[in-house]
Amino acid sequence: MSEKKNNKVKGITRRDFLKGLGSGAIGSAILTGGGLIPAESKAELLGPGAEKIHGTQKIELLINGKKERLTVEPRTTLLTAIRDKLHLTGTKEVCDRGQCGACTVLIDEKPMLACMMLAVDVRGKAITTVEGLSGSGKLTPVQEAFVEKDALMCGFCTPGFVMAATALLKKNPDPSLEEIKQGLAGNLCRCGTYPKVFEAVKAAAAKMRKGVAHE
Amino acid sequence: MSKWKPLEKMKILGKKYPRIDGAEKVTGRARYTYDQFKEGMLYGAILGSRYPAAKIVKIDDSMVWSLPGVKAVLTDVHPTGRVRYVGEEIAAVAATTPEILGEALRLFRVEYEKLPFTLYLEEAMKDEAPRVFPRRSNVNKPRIREEGNVEQGFAQAEVVLEDTFRTQVQIQTPLESHGSMVYWDGDELIIYDSTQAVHGVREGIAKMLDMPLHKVRVICHHMGGGFGSKLQPGIYTVIAARLAKQANAPVRLMLDRQLEFLTTGNRPDSLSRIKMGAKRDGTITAFFAKTYGTAGIGNGAGVRLPIVYSIPNVRHEHHDVYTNAGAARPFRAPGCPQASFAMEQMMDEMAEKLGMDPLQFRLKNDSNPTRQKEWMIGAERFGWHRRKVTPASDPGPIKRGMGLGASIWWPGGRGTKASMKIYSDGSVEVFCGTQDLGTGTRTHIAAVAAEELGLELKQIKVHIGDSNYPRSGASGGSTTSPSVAPAIKNTAEKARQELGKILAEHWNVSPEAIIFSDGYVIASGEAKQRLSWKEACGLLETDVLEVHGEWSEGLSSSGVAGCQFAEVEVDTDTGKIRVLRIVAVADCGLILDRLTTESQVNGGIIQGISYALFEERLFDPQTGAMVNPNFETYKIVGTMETPEIEVILFDEPERGVIGIGEPPTIPTSGAIANAVYNAIGVRIKSLPMTPDKVLQALANQKA
Repeated sequence: MSEKKNNKVKGITRRDFLKGLGSGAIGSAILTGGGLIPAESKAELLGPGAEKIHGTQKIELLINGKKERLTVEPRTTLLTAIRDKLHLTGTKEVCDRGQCGACTVLIDEKPMLACMMLAVDVRGKAITTVEGLSGSGKLTPVQEAFVEKDALMCGFCTPGFVMAATALLKKNPDPSLEEIKQGLAGNLCRCGTYPKVFEAVKAAAAKMRKGVAHE
Repeated sequence: MSKWKPLEKMKILGKKYPRIDGAEKVTGRARYTYDQFKEGMLYGAILGSRYPAAKIVKIDDSMVWSLPGVKAVLTDVHPTGRVRYVGEEIAAVAATTPEILGEALRLFRVEYEKLPFTLYLEEAMKDEAPRVFPRRSNVNKPRIREEGNVEQGFAQAEVVLEDTFRTQVQIQTPLESHGSMVYWDGDELIIYDSTQAVHGVREGIAKMLDMPLHKVRVICHHMGGGFGSKLQPGIYTVIAARLAKQANAPVRLMLDRQLEFLTTGNRPDSLSRIKMGAKRDGTITAFFAKTYGTAGIGNGAGVRLPIVYSIPNVRHEHHDVYTNAGAARPFRAPGCPQASFAMEQMMDEMAEKLGMDPLQFRLKNDSNPTRQKEWMIGAERFGWHRRKVTPASDPGPIKRGMGLGASIWWPGGRGTKASMKIYSDGSVEVFCGTQDLGTGTRTHIAAVAAEELGLELKQIKVHIGDSNYPRSGASGGSTTSPSVAPAIKNTAEKARQELGKILAEHWNVSPEAIIFSDGYVIASGEAKQRLSWKEACGLLETDVLEVHGEWSEGLSSSGVAGCQFAEVEVDTDTGKIRVLRIVAVADCGLILDRLTTESQVNGGIIQGISYALFEERLFDPQTGAMVNPNFETYKIVGTMETPEIEVILFDEPERGVIGIGEPPTIPTSGAIANAVYNAIGVRIKSLPMTPDKVLQALANQKA
C-alpha cells in the first residue's frame, strides 16, 4: 500500500485524536464517565479555560449554514450527531475509525472525518455535509461530473468522495491525475469506481475553471 | 420467441447514459438501510463470541439492564450454546442511542468453557487437529469431477508438469455493513434490509420466525454493496425483529465493521496441487488436480479447476476442510479466482517448457469462438508483441513484465416477473421485486421500458427493492440483467399491445398498425394519425392501464468469455509489485448501458488487483481472533494502487443480454502473477503477492 495514503492526514487521524485527548490540543472535552483518564490527572489535563462536560448537554452546531440545536453526550461523535440526531444521512458511517473517508465533511472548508471528531468540539465552526453542497437544488460541478461519468456504483462511498473532491478542487483547481489520486487517497470504494472518479474530478475541474474564466 | 430490435434501431440500449439515481447518490438523498429512521427507533448490537471454540455456560445480563437507555436484551441467540468461531452471535441488546451500545456489550458477563480449535487449512487437515464438529472429520469426503481418461491422457503427453498454488481467504467487505431496520406493524413485520434478495430474505425470515409470507415485507431501495455476501437472510434480522418485539419499538441493527469481517462470509482459501500434460505441438492432453479449501464452519470451498481451457482428460478431487472461522458465502465468481490464479500460471509454465508464446498456447487450447476473437483484440491493444521473451531481462532493480489470463462465466438468468402502470397523464411506473446493488439495475429497467415504449429514460418511474413487487430472484451470479431485462421488455410489450388496442379502436385501424416511437404513438400506413404519448394516454381517461409480464426466452443467454492483459513493475530491492496497466476485453452480449457496464468491469478488475496483492484474513494463532478486522490492516485497493485500466466492450447484441459482473474479477490475479514472473523470472505461487513473498522467492532463486 502506498505510504502516502497511510500517512495522509485528512482531518484528524486516530493518533491525533488520542494525542489530542491527552494534551487538550484539539479539544476541550474530556470523557468523564468512562474512566479513561484517572481522576487525579484530570485537573492538570484539562488546562486553563477548559470546560468539563457531564451527562448530556444541549449544543448548537452550524451545519450547512443553519444553526441546529441538539442534545449530545461528550462522547457523541460529529458523525452520530449529524446522522442520528439531525438525520442528515448523506454522510455515511462505514468504518467508524478514520480509515475509509465515507464520513468526510467540510469544517471551515477543510475536509475532515466526522467519525473522528466529537460534536462538542466543533461548536462555532462552519460544517458542510453533502446535503449542504447543493442547497439550491442544483448539483455542483463535482456532483454533476460524478453522475455524468458514472463515478459511483453502490454509492455508499460517494458522498465522501464528493466532499473530498470538492475540497481538493478548492485547493488545487487543476490537479494532475497523480494529484487527484493523492487528494482522494483517504477514501475507499469497494465497488471499484476509482477510474471513473478520476475522470469525474478532471471533468469537474475543467468545468469549474471554465466557469471562473467566464465570470 | 421474443427478439430485441436491431442495435442500429435502438435509441437507448447499447448507448452511454448516466444512471437515473445518480443525483440521489451524489447529494446524499439516497436512503440506504443504514439511513433508515423511525420515531422511537432503538439501536441494536450483537455480542459475538470471544473464543473460536467454546461452550457458553452462562450469560449474565443483569449489568446490561442496569445501564440507562437499554430497552431490550437477548441472551438466547445461539441455538446450541456451542460456538465455533470468534464473533459467532451469542447475545444482543437494543438501546436508545448508538453511544450506549459499546458499553452495553461490555457489560454482558459470559462464562465460557474454552475448547481446542483449529484456524488454518493445512493445520486443520492434520490427524491430530481438534475437530470443528466432534462427530465429523475436518476433511470432507472428496467431490470428484472426471472427464475422459486421465491416465491415458498423461500417457499421450510428451511434457508433464506439476506444481502447487495457494490462495488466501478474502472478505467481501461491502461498505454498507450487513443489517436491518425492522418494526412491527401489529403482527406484520416490516424489514429494511441491506440485501441482494428482497424476496429471498422475506421467504427466509418468514420461515425462521414461523410467520406467513404475507406478513413479512422486505424493502431495500438502495444498498451499499454485497458482492455475494448479502444473498441470504441474516441472523441479525431475526435478532432485530426479536429485540423490536421485546421493546415494542423499531430497531436498527447494523453490524459493526469487526463483526462484518468475522461473520458475514468470505471467499474460501485454496491449496491446489496440479499436474498437467501436453504434447510438443501445444495440445493439452491431461489435467489432474487435488484441491483443498476451507469455508470455515461451512461448505462450498470448491476450486473450479480446470478453468477456461479445453482439456479432454480431466480428474479433479476436491476436499472442503472445516476450520474455526465464519462460514464462507458466495463472493463474486465463487471458486473461480482461486482456480484461475493456479490455472493461468500452469498454462504459462507449460508454454515456457514447450517454447511457445503464452498467447499462442492459449489460442491452441481455447475452444470458445468469442474468446478467440477477444484474445486478438486485447493483444493488439495491449501491445503483447512488446513482451520480453526472456524473463527478468530488464537491467537494474526495477523490472517490468507482462502477463495474461482469461475470463469465463456460465449462468444466464430467468424467472423475473414485473408489472407496469400507465396513467392517463402519460406517466409510467414499472414494478419489479429485484434490487440494485450498484450495478445499475434500476437504470437498466428504465432503459428497457423507455426503449420499448419509445420514451425517454426520465419518463419511467422505476420501483424496485420491495417484496410487495412481482417476484424476481436474488441478484447474484451475474443473473440479474439476463433475468430482469427480458421481463421488463415483455411487460412493456404487453403495455404497448393494450394501449395499441385502444388507439386502434380510436382511429379505426388494425392494432398491428400502431407504432410507438420518439414520444409519439403513430398509426402507420394510410391512416397517418399521430398523437403524442401524453395525448394517447389521455384516452385512458380515468382508467389506469396495468399489465403484468415475465421473463421470456430468446432475449438473454448464458456463457461469458473475456480476457485480460496486465503490465507490472516489480522493485526487486523492496519486493513491491505495482500494477501499471490492465487491458480487459469483456464479453457483453447486448449492452444495456455502456457506462454502467464499463464500471462493472473496472470494479471486477480492481477487486482482482486487491485479491492479487493486498487482501488476506489473518488470525492470531493463540486466541483465534482475526487480527485485521478493519480497513486499516485489511488492505483493499485505494486510489494510489489503481492502475490505468482500459476496458474494451466486446458486444454481440445478437446473443441478447448476458450478465457481466463476475467474469472480470476472475483472471486478474493470474495475469498479474504471470506478469510478475515475466518481470523477475520467479513465480509467486501464493496469494496475496506481498513484498515478503517476492523477496523470499528472489532469495530462493539465488540460493
